Amino acid sequence: MSDAYVVGVDMIKFGRFPDQTVPQIGSQSALLALDDCGLTIQDMEALYCGNLGQASGMVGQRILQEIGQTGIPVVNVSNACATGATAFREAWASVKAGLYDIVLAVGVEQMGKGLLGGAGGATGIPKEGLLGSGTMPAVFAEAGMEHSSKYGTTFEQFAKVSVKNHHHSTMNPKAMYQIETPLDTVMNAEMISYPNTKLMCSVNVDGSAAAVIASEAKAKELGLMNRAIKVRASVLTSDPWQERDLVMPDVNSCTRKAVAAAYEMAGLGPDDIDLVELHDCFATAEILHYENLGLCGDGEAGRMIDDGEVALGGRVPVNVSGGLLSKGHPLGATGIANIYEVSTHLRGEAGERQVQGARIGLTHVIGLGSACGIHILEKA
Amino acid sequence: MSAQPLPAVSYLKLPEDGDPYLEGHKCGSCGATFLGERTVCSKCSARDQMSAVTLPTTGNLYSYSIVHRSFPGIDVPYISAIVDLDDGTAIKGNLINIDPDPEKIEFGMPVEVVFDDALGRKDRDGNSYIAYFFQPKV
Repeated sequence: MSDAYVVGVDMIKFGRFPDQTVPQIGSQSALLALDDCGLTIQDMEALYCGNLGQASGMVGQRILQEIGQTGIPVVNVSNACATGATAFREAWASVKAGLYDIVLAVGVEQMGKGLLGGAGGATGIPKEGLLGSGTMPAVFAEAGMEHSSKYGTTFEQFAKVSVKNHHHSTMNPKAMYQIETPLDTVMNAEMISYPNTKLMCSVNVDGSAAAVIASEAKAKELGLMNRAIKVRASVLTSDPWQERDLVMPDVNSCTRKAVAAAYEMAGLGPDDIDLVELHDCFATAEILHYENLGLCGDGEAGRMIDDGEVALGGRVPVNVSGGLLSKGHPLGATGIANIYEVSTHLRGEAGERQVQGARIGLTHVIGLGSACGIHILEKA
Repeated sequence: MSAQPLPAVSYLKLPEDGDPYLEGHKCGSCGATFLGERTVCSKCSARDQMSAVTLPTTGNLYSYSIVHRSFPGIDVPYISAIVDLDDGTAIKGNLINIDPDPEKIEFGMPVEVVFDDALGRKDRDGNSYIAYFFQPKV
């Protein structure tokens, strides 16, 4: 099978756009990604569209109604917070399979404000606050506290993740926020679910990101290899059975299973990775994934954040975009936005936040419930 | 409206003559235990091997979060807890009768399951409910 390449990729600056429709928000990144490679929607052979909020609303077709109804096949994808990565992966798979030579993947979301998760059953009485909490900050707090129990990870270490990612976002003009948040500010912010304060929860924003994926032959024919990004691995997993996972959603084993498959597919290991964009939906989650992705040994994640190994300039910078914590987390867009971020570094176009000499990068998302999507990318 | 309180979840059983208890369904093939009835095991995929078991009333705190912000109308703070019952079954609920303070809560601490009114919550027909809670075991 021929390799598949990202030839065009971009995202809009994340923000709040209540006056726009979901297809309008998605159209903007679709056009930006097409512009990035000098093509138009007329050149695309299929569209894979990721969106959660209007999963039954034919968002992909409505994007084409905004930017060009060419009659191409459209697949609408919904897979919790792994939605964007899943749309990208379906697009990639169609090119790998030889079905199409060049396709477009778009991820888009328009979010409300406030807590996610925690909905009770349809019958009886609400269970939230009666049988524990199903809110996302609490669920990911419990996942972090499992790490604290095993390894002594502290509230302060979790909070340092937020300090780092907010600092990174000051160098990313497409992030929702560009604001430094010192450690005491993070730790003294409103406590949402201990140990996650408000500044340790990802930001609900509207946004979209898009990528044009082409076969090697097509990329060469169009003269696009110069800035092309090779997809070295694309992996999607669901949550394998774990002893507690029906009461405590497990983001660890699906990540470990996915990254092992991704390293094998790419013929690479964690030491080969120059930068990572991982699913920091909450500060507690990021700590878990240093170990899950093999960036350090089990029990070493606390030391890793203390020593600055995951900050820009460190051994393996993580979430130099600002991450979901500060760039923002438009659920369906996130999985393609992190592919945009890594691709931008591999192209050497990341400006002030550029990871110097970056050659290979990894993206990771988790859709709770659960799905894990991992991509390993390399400059062609 | 039911004259008697109803169970808040299907795996909480309220026998007419006897104490409330939690019911698990155990796979006869691999031993995994689940909350709620089912016919297929999601660990080993065995079919029609499930049998009902009465779950233990004691266990240990595995993980928790202290919830300070929830949905409107939900009293905070409260402790959302994951407990490993003595037979290994994991179950989630509120940890009560302890300060919601990380200094006071210890991982692995022994807890017991207690049954009580579901914090005064009623359904639209006015029915009362019984729920389960965890409290430190003395």
